[in-house]
Amino acid sequence: MMNTPNVKAESYKQKSTFFNRRQRTIFIIAVASIFLVSVVLGGILIDEERITTSLNSRNLIPSFEHIFGTDWLGRDMFARTIMGLTLSIGVGLLGAIGSVIIALILGMIAATMGNVADNIVSWLIDLFLSVPHLVILILISFMFGGGFKGIVIGLMLTHWPSLARVIRAEVMQVRSAEYVQVSMRMGKSRWWVAAHHIFPHLIPQVLIGFMLLFPHVILHEAAVTFLGLGLSPHEPAIGIILSESMKYLSSGMWWLAFFPGLSLLLVVRSFDTIGSNLRRFIDPSSSNE
Amino acid sequence: MLEVSDLSISFNQYISGLKQQELNVISSLDVSLNKGEILAVVGASGSGKSLLAHAILGILPSNANMSGSIKYQGEQLTKKRQAKLRGKEIALIPQSVNFLDPLMHVGKQVEASVNRGNPENIRKEIFARLHLDEEVNKMYPHQLSGGMARRVLLATAIASDAELIIADEPTPGLDPTVIEEALKSFRELADNGHTVMFITHDIESALTIADKIAVFYAGTTVEVASTKDFSGKGETLRHPYSKALWRALPQNDFTPIAGSQPYPDELSTGCLYAPRCELSTAECFKIQPVMRELREGMVRCIHAT
Amino acid sequence: MQLEARNISFRYDKGPWIFKEFNLTLKPGEIVGLTGISGRGKTTLCRILAGLENPLEGEVLIDGQPIPKKGYHPVQLVFQHPEKAVNPRWRMNKVLNEGGEVDQELSSLLGIEEQWLTRWPNELSGGELQRFCVLRALGPKTHFLIADEMTTMLDAVTQAQIWHAVLEVAKKRNMGLLIVSHHPKLIERLCDRVVEL
Repeated sequence: MMNTPNVKAESYKQKSTFFNRRQRTIFIIAVASIFLVSVVLGGILIDEERITTSLNSRNLIPSFEHIFGTDWLGRDMFARTIMGLTLSIGVGLLGAIGSVIIALILGMIAATMGNVADNIVSWLIDLFLSVPHLVILILISFMFGGGFKGIVIGLMLTHWPSLARVIRAEVMQVRSAEYVQVSMRMGKSRWWVAAHHIFPHLIPQVLIGFMLLFPHVILHEAAVTFLGLGLSPHEPAIGIILSESMKYLSSGMWWLAFFPGLSLLLVVRSFDTIGSNLRRFIDPSSSNE
Repeated sequence: MLEVSDLSISFNQYISGLKQQELNVISSLDVSLNKGEILAVVGASGSGKSLLAHAILGILPSNANMSGSIKYQGEQLTKKRQAKLRGKEIALIPQSVNFLDPLMHVGKQVEASVNRGNPENIRKEIFARLHLDEEVNKMYPHQLSGGMARRVLLATAIASDAELIIADEPTPGLDPTVIEEALKSFRELADNGHTVMFITHDIESALTIADKIAVFYAGTTVEVASTKDFSGKGETLRHPYSKALWRALPQNDFTPIAGSQPYPDELSTGCLYAPRCELSTAECFKIQPVMRELREGMVRCIHAT
Repeated sequence: MQLEARNISFRYDKGPWIFKEFNLTLKPGEIVGLTGISGRGKTTLCRILAGLENPLEGEVLIDGQPIPKKGYHPVQLVFQHPEKAVNPRWRMNKVLNEGGEVDQELSSLLGIEEQWLTRWPNELSGGELQRFCVLRALGPKTHFLIADEMTTMLDAVTQAQIWHAVLEVAKKRNMGLLIVSHHPKLIERLCDRVVEL
């Protein structure tokens, strides 16, 4: 790009002049968050009337009145989808929070409590990572008798390993850093060092880890529920809607599975987008782009 | 061979929240190298030495803006050409071991960079010259001590047999004997027709091998002098900063000058060295002096004689 | 007050001894150079003296007494790479005041400027950061300073600037200095005597 002297090397120039990278990142995060919040609020505030059975309006194709159509009992699919998503997000939230807490505790234990603890935790991490999530999730959820409690506990117990590994590595790295050693020689206590040096380094990791865990948790919950091993059919989660709809797909009622599935995908993508944009924001190697 | 003229590099940085600011780290820099010559680039950390190397190789980070021209063998160095020449005709000896592949035996990495001849023989010969044991061949980068790692990086560049070798701080952390050996191999490379740009903060090692010294201050060249100008009390040096640098050596007066190099966001429009300079006058604070020829060297100072 | 390393030996895991039964005495106001080729454990010795590592055998004493594990350590160490010795997520004034209030006079002697205090570490050059590390290490309760290749990465002007400040404080407070450097001329310039490891 520098064929003539004194010409700006355009290849290094930013493409967008309206927004810089950071403004775009924040914009994306904001849009995704607004979408998710409106789904959840919609799910809470929506009129229960809309999902009562109405035999007059069964099996309707999507229209302005029922934008996602209606099912074989005449329930509005849009309302069902929103409520299902809200429930799924709720379950996902509990699962993700539980997983993050487990990851934090185990990661810290591994990094600070000596070799034996480290070996045990590392072994656990490897064990959980070597078996597919879904299999353990089904087992655990089955063990706790299925249903809401079973699936939440199952989700909590299966999604922590990769984040625990990240936290363990981060704590170990900061703990052996020269500035921490200096701090100890300045007479600072272990707690002071943990609170002022180590913890601030963990916040971004935990935050990003949490946001990236979320979509996993939701998808796995939906998958297990879809297979009939998760939430019970009385709880209208998105997985239930999808599995019920399967029976009607062959009769040409495509909208029953299409819209809920697409919405689930959108929700999951939104969480993923927020997570990866947050990471770009916080990661020093790309934060100045 | 290499001609850098009026080079400026700036970075887009976020200052507070969403506001972006352009930070000028290198401004109107001129430097040139002839074939078979060693040019030492000397200056404090933060003076833009490494960035010059990265600009020549075309490996600046994506938030960098660049203007000016870099010519290699009379032709503009475009991004495409940089990518083609990198590692073949232009080689970098990087500052950090992180540039090595952590999953590959270091011997293999050295052999992989050989462009001409039998890789294994060449590697063995270079290892012997740099006092690297044959065991090092089968080691991974993380197993190397700091000094060994530096020598491996050096070996990679020597093995490439590149026309232009840019060494970015290759000596710190090495023992005096190894430094001597490393410097000697640079001299040999130059005597065999290679061209070396030797970036360092250590004037003394620069003086033992270089033909010319370019002194950097706050992102620009303040002087280009022949090595022999660095002698006695520094009377033959042209720029007051070069003189200060020379006099601050422990074997000379060991006298510091007050103050510090300005940070890129607080550069004045005048001479960047003026606030620390004993010769500075009102005029110095107004406009940045241009590089001019003086006694077979170059200087950026209106008072230099 | 006198710093004494008595018969200290050290090795990593089951490796060979890096040094064995090493003895060193550092008196107040004394400036001692430590030299030796790399791999001889100069850095390890510094870390032991500053209490970052425990010797496998022998002990480090101040006035014949072991140094208490808790509280401000009277022997402070300044490392070679200042960018590793400051927390990248702290602004410089927090970095500086970690060990308590700093000496304003020494701060200006080191050429530390007011506006640097609000910067992040990655906004300062190595030379500027090292001045902070030196100032931080020279708290009022520091009796001995160990400089492990402290100015190896710095240009000559900054090197001279830092050492002049350190020597002045050391003299005023009658502090003992142990200086590790592979640079013979610097050692010659600064030290009263030299110990080979």
